[in-house]
Amino acid sequence: MLFLETTPDTSSYMIAGYAIAFGVMLIYVVSLYIRSRNLNRDLSMLEDMDKNN
Amino acid sequence: MQKKPATLLALDIVSLILLGVSTYLALIFAPTEVIMGQVQRVFYFHVATAWVGMLGFVAAGVSGIVYLRTGDLKWDRVEMAAVEISLVFFFITIVLGSIWARPVWNTWWTWDPRLTTAAITELIYVAYFMLRQGIEDPDRRARFGAVYTLIGAVSVPITFMAIRLFRTIHPVVVGTESAEAQGGFAMTGDMKVAFFFALFAFTVIFIDLFWNRIRMGALADKVEQLKLKVMQ
Repeated sequence: MLFLETTPDTSSYMIAGYAIAFGVMLIYVVSLYIRSRNLNRDLSMLEDMDKNN
Repeated sequence: MQKKPATLLALDIVSLILLGVSTYLALIFAPTEVIMGQVQRVFYFHVATAWVGMLGFVAAGVSGIVYLRTGDLKWDRVEMAAVEISLVFFFITIVLGSIWARPVWNTWWTWDPRLTTAAITELIYVAYFMLRQGIEDPDRRARFGAVYTLIGAVSVPITFMAIRLFRTIHPVVVGTESAEAQGGFAMTGDMKVAFFFALFAFTVIFIDLFWNRIRMGALADKVEQLKLKVMQ
């Protein structure tokens, strides 16, 4: 790139980078939400079972 | 369903706003770097995610020490939360670095000291979860995990210092870089605004996710205890 006279078009790499960054963050946040929801569901079910015992 | 504290809910919203503003600053506000073009913009998220990744690995090591001193399983939850979130952010750092390297270094990956130590750090913490999976007893698992994160935390300063101590092509943001470094650039005022705002935004996002993850760990422990009680 040392002898380039014009700025190269590297926008596709930038788009790919930000798409992956946001994709990974979104997957993680969704996984946190799903895991918490499942745990809350388990908790209420176990509390009901505990009361019936 | 456990109700989320109002402060945490507010932090969730603030984190989302900060992420939006940081994205705007990185993609629109900051000027385009002349030599590298648009790909230079990944630098803002690359450094910010690396910062919080390393922050979490150090936080896990500190939590490990506190657990070993107190024996309180609460610190094991804190440690695990820190490692999990940092793994995600550090993975983003490595991927962004690789994408940036393709047009600038003309390769997706090279076994440069910085890239190698970063990959080793990531793998060390992947192995942390594999170690935990293999131990049934909670106290033993927490003890082994604490010692492991303590030793694993050594990889953080090694990764951080790799570009300052060894001959490397990886550029340095703060400090003197190696003569072989390729892809470095002088930051303008607007670039500095985008850069420091990204560091701040990701620190807040990290704290928010950390808090959420610790709460989830506490919930998982509660479910586990109740399960044992019901089964008796």
